Amino acid sequence: MTTTYSVTAPVPKKPSRPFENLFSRQSLPLPAIIFMIVVTQIPLILTLRYSLERWNLLRPERRAFIWFNNYVNILQDQDFWTIILNTLVLTLSVVVITLILGMLLALLLNREFPGRNIVRTMLITPFLIMPTVSAVLWKNVLFNPAFGLLAAIYAMLGLPRPDFLADAPMASVITVIVWQWTPFMMLILLAGLQSLDAEQMEASQIDGAGRATQFRYIVLPHLQRYIEIAVLMETLFILSVFGEIFVTTTGGPGIQTTNLSFGIYQEAFSRWNIGSASAMGIYAIILANIVVLLFVRVLRRGRHEGVTA
Amino acid sequence: MKSNRWMGFGLTALTYLIAILVFFPILWMVLTSFKTEGDAFAFPPQLFFSPTLANWQIALLDSNFTSHLVNTLIVTLISTLVALGLGIPAAYALAYYPTRRSDFTLSWLISTRMLPPVGIILPLFVIFRDLGLRDTHLSLIIIYTAMNLPLVIWMMRSFFLDVPQEIMEAGRIDGTGLWQEFRHIAVPLVRPGLFATALLCMIFAWNEFFFAFSLTVTDAAPLSVYISSFKTAEGLFWAKMSAGATAAVLPVVIAGWFAQKQLVQGLTMGAVK
Repeated sequence: MTTTYSVTAPVPKKPSRPFENLFSRQSLPLPAIIFMIVVTQIPLILTLRYSLERWNLLRPERRAFIWFNNYVNILQDQDFWTIILNTLVLTLSVVVITLILGMLLALLLNREFPGRNIVRTMLITPFLIMPTVSAVLWKNVLFNPAFGLLAAIYAMLGLPRPDFLADAPMASVITVIVWQWTPFMMLILLAGLQSLDAEQMEASQIDGAGRATQFRYIVLPHLQRYIEIAVLMETLFILSVFGEIFVTTTGGPGIQTTNLSFGIYQEAFSRWNIGSASAMGIYAIILANIVVLLFVRVLRRGRHEGVTA
Repeated sequence: MKSNRWMGFGLTALTYLIAILVFFPILWMVLTSFKTEGDAFAFPPQLFFSPTLANWQIALLDSNFTSHLVNTLIVTLISTLVALGLGIPAAYALAYYPTRRSDFTLSWLISTRMLPPVGIILPLFVIFRDLGLRDTHLSLIIIYTAMNLPLVIWMMRSFFLDVPQEIMEAGRIDGTGLWQEFRHIAVPLVRPGLFATALLCMIFAWNEFFFAFSLTVTDAAPLSVYISSFKTAEGLFWAKMSAGATAAVLPVVIAGWFAQKQLVQGLTMGAVK
């Protein structure tokens, strides 16, 4: 996987005493690089290797090399496509909703008002909380149909008590994740807003630009880079969401809320199909790469339009 | 201008309201941890009650809680130290002694962070099992170190680059060796950044669930795995669970509150300051 964000490094400076220590200085990153290769790249190659095998840990004697059979079988499985669709629906919904909410909150927080620091601290807290705690909290305290807070509010309004996780499982899971991730968008967009050039804003105000015009032509273009980074990072995280789904719905009812991460977990650690779970893992990597590539494409196009407009 | 002022009040009030709504589930969890079990699932839920510390006592003295807490502490602290130990020298060299490969190394490090965990979990599981490392602290320490290393390198590199070159040069002229230069000049200059980076590593390791859940059973299972076992409890012991859950998130929430500014930088690998 490659990245689009260019890396700027200062021009190499000659050490004040050439030769001495040259070797050891430039080899300082080696331990870290070797560690990362061992822990991430070697498993990656092994995943590729396992994905070509029929290998169930419950029947290890049947282990055999079967070329691309796992890949083909997975694509022919209706459930796999449901899981892919779930993953896309979940990720896209969360990213779009958190982007809108995060933008609104960032704009609200980008003003001077008493208690601003406390409010910001309160708003980022959901993001700091352990995902399993968030999920347990929402499942037991808010969504519980018998004594949850939301059921109590419905009852007070004279409405029938809803069972959110049963009636609208995907929407419920999305709600929990949106609650956790809105602060992420908010923080990054707020950092963007705060780096806005105050003089430029004032100048445009003097020129008679309204708030909406200002937002459209000054704020949004300035925020573009921040939005790009936030959306890309969040998308990659949400594609791999696991704990929230495991705790709230266990992927159900049926496979209605099973995403790729959870589906692979089950294939691996419930059915012990190492081979086919590995192939699904490779599909997950391909999906993440497609997202990044699409992203880079869309961004490039966006930039060109920005130039001509 | 009067309408503008009212608009300002309105927006501030709206901001307060949203903040309270967003924070309410957490507040409710904290409140519940001070209720009796009876009050905790009274219907309709009670906002006012006579507080008790009994749940906290039970939750914190429960050997289940403490053993998982110890696991979390061991794994979090050691993985953070190792990531800093490996990452800071690398960041230092990448900042001040870049080579032709440095740019590639830096982007490659980001790409490892973008790798879906499900893409590497199976070999890690098989290898740890074969080495007898399943359900050990070491397995999680290795993985969390790898998870945080790119972050450490990127963040620390940007902190090193922020140090004015003259200061570094002045230190080097005194004829110090590499270790001295690193230990006595470079590291002290970036100490605040180092502190923030360490906090971020701890937050990520503390909260991690997928690898912990896949690779541990009981002996090395951290708090995140322990808490996930509350999912089927259906609120019978919700007051005690709330106390345990609150205790489990408290250190990280406080760390996060202190590192608010650096949080953004860490989450975006230093791309946004």
